[in-house]
Amino acid sequence: MSFLFKNTKILEAQIDEFLDAISQSAIVYKQAINNYLAGDMEKFEERMTAIDRLESKADKIRRNVENQLYGQSLIPEHRGDVLALLESMDNVIDTAKQTVNQFSVESPDIPEELNDGYSELAEIAANAAEAIVRATRAFFNDIAAVKDHLHKVYFYEKEADTVGDKLKRHVFSLDIELSRKIHLRYFALHVDNLADRSEEVADRLSIYSIKREI
Amino acid sequence: MILVFLSGGLFLGWSLGANDAANVFGTAVGTKMLKFKTAALICSIFVVLGAVMGGAGASHTLGKLGSVNAIAGSFMVAFSAAFTVFWMTRLRIPVSTSQAIVGAIIGWNLFSGSLTDYNSLSKIVITWGASPVLAAVVAMILFAILRSIIRRTKVHVLRMDMRMRLGLLLVGAFGSYSLGANNIANVMGVFIPVSPFDDLNILGLFTLSGAQQLFFIGSLAIAAGVYTYSRKVMQTVGRSLFKLSPESALVVVLSHAIVLFLFSSEGLESWLISHHIPAIPLVPVSSSQAVVGAILGIGLLKGGKGIKFNVLGGIASGWVLTPLVSGLITFVALFFLQNVFSQEVSREASYVISVPVVEYLESKDLETDPIKVLIDEEYGNASRMQSALRNETTLNSDEIKLVIDAAERERFYIDPEIISSKLDTEWLTREQLNALRGLSGQTFEHKWQLNGALNRISDSWKPRANATSNKKYNTELKAKQRYLYDSFRLPLENSK
Repeated sequence: MSFLFKNTKILEAQIDEFLDAISQSAIVYKQAINNYLAGDMEKFEERMTAIDRLESKADKIRRNVENQLYGQSLIPEHRGDVLALLESMDNVIDTAKQTVNQFSVESPDIPEELNDGYSELAEIAANAAEAIVRATRAFFNDIAAVKDHLHKVYFYEKEADTVGDKLKRHVFSLDIELSRKIHLRYFALHVDNLADRSEEVADRLSIYSIKREI
Repeated sequence: MILVFLSGGLFLGWSLGANDAANVFGTAVGTKMLKFKTAALICSIFVVLGAVMGGAGASHTLGKLGSVNAIAGSFMVAFSAAFTVFWMTRLRIPVSTSQAIVGAIIGWNLFSGSLTDYNSLSKIVITWGASPVLAAVVAMILFAILRSIIRRTKVHVLRMDMRMRLGLLLVGAFGSYSLGANNIANVMGVFIPVSPFDDLNILGLFTLSGAQQLFFIGSLAIAAGVYTYSRKVMQTVGRSLFKLSPESALVVVLSHAIVLFLFSSEGLESWLISHHIPAIPLVPVSSSQAVVGAILGIGLLKGGKGIKFNVLGGIASGWVLTPLVSGLITFVALFFLQNVFSQEVSREASYVISVPVVEYLESKDLETDPIKVLIDEEYGNASRMQSALRNETTLNSDEIKLVIDAAERERFYIDPEIISSKLDTEWLTREQLNALRGLSGQTFEHKWQLNGALNRISDSWKPRANATSNKKYNTELKAKQRYLYDSFRLPLENSK
């Protein structure tokens, strides 16, 4: 029986690692955008590689965890939920990677006066992602604390909407070409995406945690 | 012929395995916490261990079926009970084996004209109502405790999962062991006096007595039932009544074990009595009822919304039907066995109020004038004598029982051969054996005569004064007396 417990410990560590990767990617995401805004392209590319690596690592861990959950028929009651939860958490890190990638591919020309707005938006979106990571950890360890983290996710998502709205208004009030305005608007949406994905996870998690309450 | 009769017991063992193993492991398998294969293996191993190691103690009391006194009758009682359980199991009703057995015994009592002890019967019936309620209460308490522990300890969901599995496995193994130890006497107890097995020494390590070998075979029948038929029932118990979580599954199995313990622990009973707390009667309770009660308790604690009341209704009606169906089947089957296959399904009995019986009853302070009208009338069974006493005298039911017990005519021959070779010399004390040897070669016509003769020789056969501390001693003495009757009894017709 002890070998089963050993397996469990390995699996627990893997889930932790998966969540660490997502949490780290949120921080790197924030830094990458700030680097881009500051025009430090060398650092920006470094961050992009880092986030790429984190994403593929998370993918690998997730598949392994899922295989083990079903292969050893662990947590029969909750494994469907855990599976869906891990997959939607994967969307968060995917979104972070995609957004940073879009900055790299499309190189939006951001007027300096908008820098603060984009930076703030990235910060808030990253906060939402970190809050959902904490909520997910609580789902595994301390079900009663899930709520404490979930409400922060919702708060940051709303905050991101407000800031994003302000930013878009600012973009369209500028005296620049419409095509550039639309491009900048898209990037306001892209940066905000991370908060939206986090909110989606939060919605699922609030249901799963009711089911986990015994 | 013995092997044919043994098949009735084996069938009962098989249906016990199919049905009662589901009580122990059903919730664990139903919630997918344990694989059926694992559960069946653990259950079989521990049922066999429980039967062989723990069942021996019950062999002297012969279990509940001990009152059935002819081998063909025992076969039919076991067979009918088993058939009832099998049938109900096919209908996916979690049926109670103990109920089927009690119903079958009453069927035999009615057929053979033996008296049913309504005092103990009513006790048993009351616990059929009380045990699910008690199990529900125990489950609610345990569940609340477990929930607060889980919330407080903040264990990882995966680790909790493993602990639950381990817990279910341990509790299940314990439950299987007690299932084997408690129920093997029902399955095989009646066949011990006719056991064809001699003591068997295995590799010089340990010795299996004839009874233990019999129990081993019976427990194999239980294990066969577990493997071949319990899967379906496990799913019914585990899923259909109320959707259980692994945590509640553990609580269900644990509260079921606790309730069974409460109703069968002699230690607890004497502790309660010595502290002036009303004791719980020690009666055979149904594990199926305890499990259903526990599941219901958890369902109620969670608000009662998830309980499927139509399934519950089916189960509850099964509880009423089981003893009735089982009793009816036994009665009809005994009729066929006796009249079509001309087998003796009950020992020939004779009840006569002779002059010595009247003298004995007078010594027991009974007013014997009213019964003198019936003197030297012979009755073929107890219930006929009972109705005669009811019609002709004004005795109350306790007095009638005393008269009938005293009037039962049997034939005991204290065979020196049996004393020296067949008696369990470790169970009976040296003094008790010496007293028996003093009666070598004598014949007795009534149980009370044999007891009286033993009492005159030695105090070791006298019951102690009626006090709490002596209760256990007296119960064991009674079991020893029954053991003597069964060992030295001769067929009645030879006495004429």
